[in-house]
Amino acid sequence: MTETTTELMTEAATATVTAARRTVDTLAIVLVIVAIWELLHRIAGETALPAPIETVFYLAHMMASARFAENAAATAEAFGFALILAYGIGLATGIWMGAHRLSGAVGEPILVAIYSLPKITLYPVVLLIFGLGISGKVAFGAMHGILPVALLTMGAIRAIPPVYLRAARTLQLSPWQTIATVLLPAALPEVFTGLRIGFTVTLLGVLLGEMFASKAGLGSMIMNAMSLAQSQEMVAVAIVLFAFAAIANAILLWIEHRLHRRV
Amino acid sequence: MTRVGLIRLAVIVALIGALELACRTGLIDHRVVIPPSEMASALATLLASGSINADIERTLGVITLVIALSIVLGFAAGVLIHALPRVREALDPFFATYYAVPIFIFYPVLIAIFGLSPMPIVLIGVATAIVAMIIATLNGLDRVPRVLIKVARVHRLGRLATALTLQLPAAAPYLFTGIKLSVSYGFIAVIAAEFILSPAGLGRDISDAYADFDNRRMYALILFLLIIATIVNAGLHALDLRFAERRSGGRP
Repeated sequence: MTETTTELMTEAATATVTAARRTVDTLAIVLVIVAIWELLHRIAGETALPAPIETVFYLAHMMASARFAENAAATAEAFGFALILAYGIGLATGIWMGAHRLSGAVGEPILVAIYSLPKITLYPVVLLIFGLGISGKVAFGAMHGILPVALLTMGAIRAIPPVYLRAARTLQLSPWQTIATVLLPAALPEVFTGLRIGFTVTLLGVLLGEMFASKAGLGSMIMNAMSLAQSQEMVAVAIVLFAFAAIANAILLWIEHRLHRRV
Repeated sequence: MTRVGLIRLAVIVALIGALELACRTGLIDHRVVIPPSEMASALATLLASGSINADIERTLGVITLVIALSIVLGFAAGVLIHALPRVREALDPFFATYYAVPIFIFYPVLIAIFGLSPMPIVLIGVATAIVAMIIATLNGLDRVPRVLIKVARVHRLGRLATALTLQLPAAAPYLFTGIKLSVSYGFIAVIAAEFILSPAGLGRDISDAYADFDNRRMYALILFLLIIATIVNAGLHALDLRFAERRSGGRP
């Protein structure tokens, strides 16, 4: 939808003017948010919610600290492993269920049902199995990411025109060659949507894991800051995570749009 | 039941059976996972004792409140934003990013502001669920065919009559998608919030049982929440199917 809107806009003579107006409008909304923040700060008081400007200064100061670097590295490590697992298992499951009709028909409702469960309730089980260290966080993050990747990959592969597969059979491609040269390229745009959503929810899973039980990582940093009533640190870490997630999502969305246009 | 349905049932039964067997034979340590049959019997005892009734009431009450607020306010906000195209254009980038950022990490900030009460839980729940409803409302209103508005004009319908008899039914499928997402997000956010930090509630119960190494209680509570979530999701799915059937005029 946004694509067609964008295309129509480029055709219009006033495209640049409109784009500039949109940017100004979006910035105006950011200003409104900051104003509300300032207002809440005045109402709630210094200890509950720090002022926006102070938080920005604190943020700059915190980003340079070794403590932040350590926690950020811990989260990045767990997130990296969780993402590899989520993508690997998710893609494998999705390809299998997409290519094998019966498995897909049997498995899809099960996956959908699991996908919509509040997985946080299973975290104690994950902790009992994997322990409190990094493996627990990784497992919990991967648990969140596997399902959207698998479901969207499965949908993407099912939507491939059967004639592509017939062509692959005519060319006598091996199953592996069929996956690598026919299935994946044809399904790539949709699959990439799954990878983008998987990225988001895996990050959320790792952070939830860190918030509930962990001694390291940005999630536990927020919880520690809360118990010590250091609201500046809490908000500053939250902003760093927001910015990271928003920028990563924007980049992934950009790639996704390009992939969709290519096909 | 269809063949696929039978196989699915067999797969689920086999998985549960395998877990039961692995626990009974000691392949899986009793301190890690208890057999599914014990989870069920523990849940039956727990429910019969009535000791978790207050927490069930509290948690389900908060979830219902969150979902109701999100749907009503989200719909209202969606209608309002749709009427203001310029505001909507400015907000679009925020909507596109909203579910990509972990909103939930704001929960501790809300606790710092409002203290340890149901308030931060309701707020984080609404914050998580409402945007799905806003986006769905915008989508739905976008998809109302222009011709319907012309029909309304031909029949000289007022704004309200147009909205109720033409626009609302035309947007209904999208609104229902929004409701489904709000229910699911609201549920997850409330349970997660209770689980991380809360004075009471089922999520808190689970985390307490975990901390006390009380596996029977913990698995009973987890099973309870999963059953409730499955029932709610299945109900919404059934409604969805029925709406789709009605839209297609009874044709499959």
